[in-house]
Amino acid sequence: MNKISIIIIPLIVLLVIVYGYKKKINIYDAFLAGAKEGLVSTFNIFPTLIAMVFAINIFLKSNFINFILGFLKPFFALLKIPLDILPMALLRPISGSSTLVIMNNLFTTFGPDSFVGRLSSILQGCTDTTFYVMSLYFGSVRILKTRYAIKVGLFADLCGIIAAFIIANLFF
Amino acid sequence: MINIIWGVMIAIGVIYGLLSGNIEAINNEIIVSGKTGLDMILEMLPILVIWMGLMKIAEESGLLKKIAKIFYPVLSKLFPSIPKDNKALGYIASNIAVNMMGLGSAATPFGLKAMDEMQKINPKKDTASEAMITFLVLNTSGVTLIPTTVISLRMLSGSANPTEIILPAILATTCASIGGLSLDYLIRRRHK
Repeated sequence: MNKISIIIIPLIVLLVIVYGYKKKINIYDAFLAGAKEGLVSTFNIFPTLIAMVFAINIFLKSNFINFILGFLKPFFALLKIPLDILPMALLRPISGSSTLVIMNNLFTTFGPDSFVGRLSSILQGCTDTTFYVMSLYFGSVRILKTRYAIKVGLFADLCGIIAAFIIANLFF
Repeated sequence: MINIIWGVMIAIGVIYGLLSGNIEAINNEIIVSGKTGLDMILEMLPILVIWMGLMKIAEESGLLKKIAKIFYPVLSKLFPSIPKDNKALGYIASNIAVNMMGLGSAATPFGLKAMDEMQKINPKKDTASEAMITFLVLNTSGVTLIPTTVISLRMLSGSANPTEIILPAILATTCASIGGLSLDYLIRRRHK
């Protein structure tokens, strides 16, 4: 599986170059023009990214999540959902890097082939960090009014998280 | 919405930090977070520059249009507001395809270009268009066929079968996408 993903990117690059030659366009000039756009894009994203990291990291460092978890625990215990997975489920829409760290910790504590290990793998693989991605993409084109976007994005995450619990129970 | 969530996260962080006596960590974070953001952008910059360069070649050679054409039957149903020959469709298709293969960072440039093209046909420049929202819902509920990072971490932690989570993850992510897209569809229909 890993071999496939290692070969995909080089093949995409090759395809783009060969197709460009075939259509007789000036691929070098095109690349430079595009690269310049890449610089502009990065420049546009920068303030949004800083703003997001600022707010998200302050929020994470305050440990408020653990405070919330205190209230949710009895409820999840009732549903027989392993408590160790909770911080990950709550943080998934906000911060991809922190859930990756949590997942890795769960691997070390319980092993990747334990139920918790497998469940955390599915959770990490099943959705992206909604909040971060949305603010980044909207920020890049300076959209301020996001309407119902975040609501729908978070609902999708919720569906994914619930599905992950059910599917993990069916599979393992 | 971002406006509210952003402020609330900071306010909660600081207030809870004060109440729990954890304010030193918050103080440090305020100072360091700019650097963290800068590191992230420095990591992204070269990827964006290279892929946007390659994408420009694909755009000028017509490869992007070809990709859009292949996926048009599906995309036209999800994005009825985008005209048939618009470049946005090519970028959306490429973004989703690259995302599916688990190449998240390479997918970002396609996504940004897609947003760019959708913004060009957006009548209200400060407000998200329906197409943008559908795209982001699809993107964040992200159908990933091969979650590469997860698999490699499982491998590193000595899993007997690192790839066994692929099928369950695909099923879960499909549920997320279907859930998100359905709600998106319902809201769009109600707006009309």
